[in-house]
Amino acid sequence: MDETAANFDFGLGWLNADGPDADIVLSTRVRLARNLQGHPYVARASDGQREVICRTVARAFEKTSMQRRAALLRMTEMSERARRVLLERRLISREIAGLQDGPDGGVAVAIAGESPVSVLINEEDHLRLQGLVGGLRVADAWSMVDRLDEELGRGLHFAYHHEFGYLTCCPTNVGTGMRASVLLHLPGLVLTKEIARALQGISEVGLTFRGLHGEGSEVVGNFFQVSNQTTLGQSEEDLVEHLTRVVTTVLEKERRAREVLQRDAGPVTEDKIWRAYGLLRYARTLEYEELVNLLSGVRLGVSLQLLPSPSVYSLNRITILSQSAHLEEAAGRVLTPAERGAQRAEYVRRVLTGEDPATSVPGD
Amino acid sequence: MSEAQRECDGPDCGNPAVVHWTQVVNNESSTQYLCKACAAAKGISTDPPAELDVSDFLAQLEPTESPPASEPSVACGFCELTFADFRNTGRLGCSHCFTTFDANMRRLLERIHGSSRHVGKVYLPPDPAAADIDRRLDGLRRSLRRAIEAEDFERAALLRDEIREHEPG
Repeated sequence: MDETAANFDFGLGWLNADGPDADIVLSTRVRLARNLQGHPYVARASDGQREVICRTVARAFEKTSMQRRAALLRMTEMSERARRVLLERRLISREIAGLQDGPDGGVAVAIAGESPVSVLINEEDHLRLQGLVGGLRVADAWSMVDRLDEELGRGLHFAYHHEFGYLTCCPTNVGTGMRASVLLHLPGLVLTKEIARALQGISEVGLTFRGLHGEGSEVVGNFFQVSNQTTLGQSEEDLVEHLTRVVTTVLEKERRAREVLQRDAGPVTEDKIWRAYGLLRYARTLEYEELVNLLSGVRLGVSLQLLPSPSVYSLNRITILSQSAHLEEAAGRVLTPAERGAQRAEYVRRVLTGEDPATSVPGD
Repeated sequence: MSEAQRECDGPDCGNPAVVHWTQVVNNESSTQYLCKACAAAKGISTDPPAELDVSDFLAQLEPTESPPASEPSVACGFCELTFADFRNTGRLGCSHCFTTFDANMRRLLERIHGSSRHVGKVYLPPDPAAADIDRRLDGLRRSLRRAIEAEDFERAALLRDEIREHEPG
């Protein structure tokens, strides 16, 4: 199961960059928290109870239209590396990957084969439905998970309160149970020092922001995740519309900031972009954080059409596939930090020189 | 992932840098690596706002040593969680907890979300009672009005089909 699990092309559909504004909006994600009536929440459930929940959800998933070519991946049956691959693809959370103490029984992820949706089983809530798509497509991601939710709800008794809505383990998710988030690349606002004001504006309208890797993570490579803060008192459609509207405004500000950069600091900006490209193109060893920061410059260059290549798709692939577990998966063995740095640089060079057509890069 | 740690560029500071700060002034771009303290001195926050921590939030709301009089002393009949447990972890034990601690939950939800009334999707259980179907129909009609307003006619058509499916006669 390990080898196949890690090699499935799951969670990589968004890399195609086929959604609107994909040069700035990497991905849109919508997740719904659901729990089963009549079962204790995960933290208070025994191994046996979690196993029952896992089987119940898996059976319901098998009856949905999304089960074709799908897989149920149980954390206890996967190697640590395979779990890290799923984590790097943002399909599972650090908690359920169980990287420190080993995974708990009954924790799994059901991944649809033909649709960018998945269901985490026995994370904080019994179910976390997730839709992950490329570009700014909040409404699309919502309608995908909504459909999955409808189909699962025909067979499962969800915990639902007539007044409070969907009940969740943490009160911050009660109501719609929905968290919609958009991953943005905002170098223009950072370089023109407009970012603090933009983020302030975001938090004043009921949204929140974080770094690339979610909760509590640092902001690296000018990536920001923007999502809704509250889940009660507004409908899902309201939240979708609100997030889309606010992100659209942020995009306009970002594009204006880029115009200002080109107008007022054209040569410096262009120099930074080409230097970033040069380092990526010729470096013999790269740390991931350094890579993400350099990719930020190259992404800006591609978006401003200062660099003729690579494509946004290639940049997205590098972002995900040059992470440690993916490199080790491609090498088929554990790599030392030095080997990882060298393999990462080599992979990036292959992509940038076109020697490595995207169809044969690691992870496929 | 930081295999080589940079030092802070702040004056007389050798602490490990946590921020990479680039600014453009008069066409000149400069980059500095700063530690938390030097970044703060320049007014740069290095802490992305974390998710709301419910137990901290609860502690701020009622900063009393002993449980206030309004705090329920009963434990949840299903999962045996006490309100004190909830206060410590910020996590509920099961769906019955919402009924056990109804008044407290209502107040807490109001404070977190500014509302305790769900106005989103209405769940239809696998074996719905007549009241479930009525509530679901209300919810679907609400969504339909919205879809028409937003000129999302594809969604409107789907919603209309679903309304027809549940309507009597």
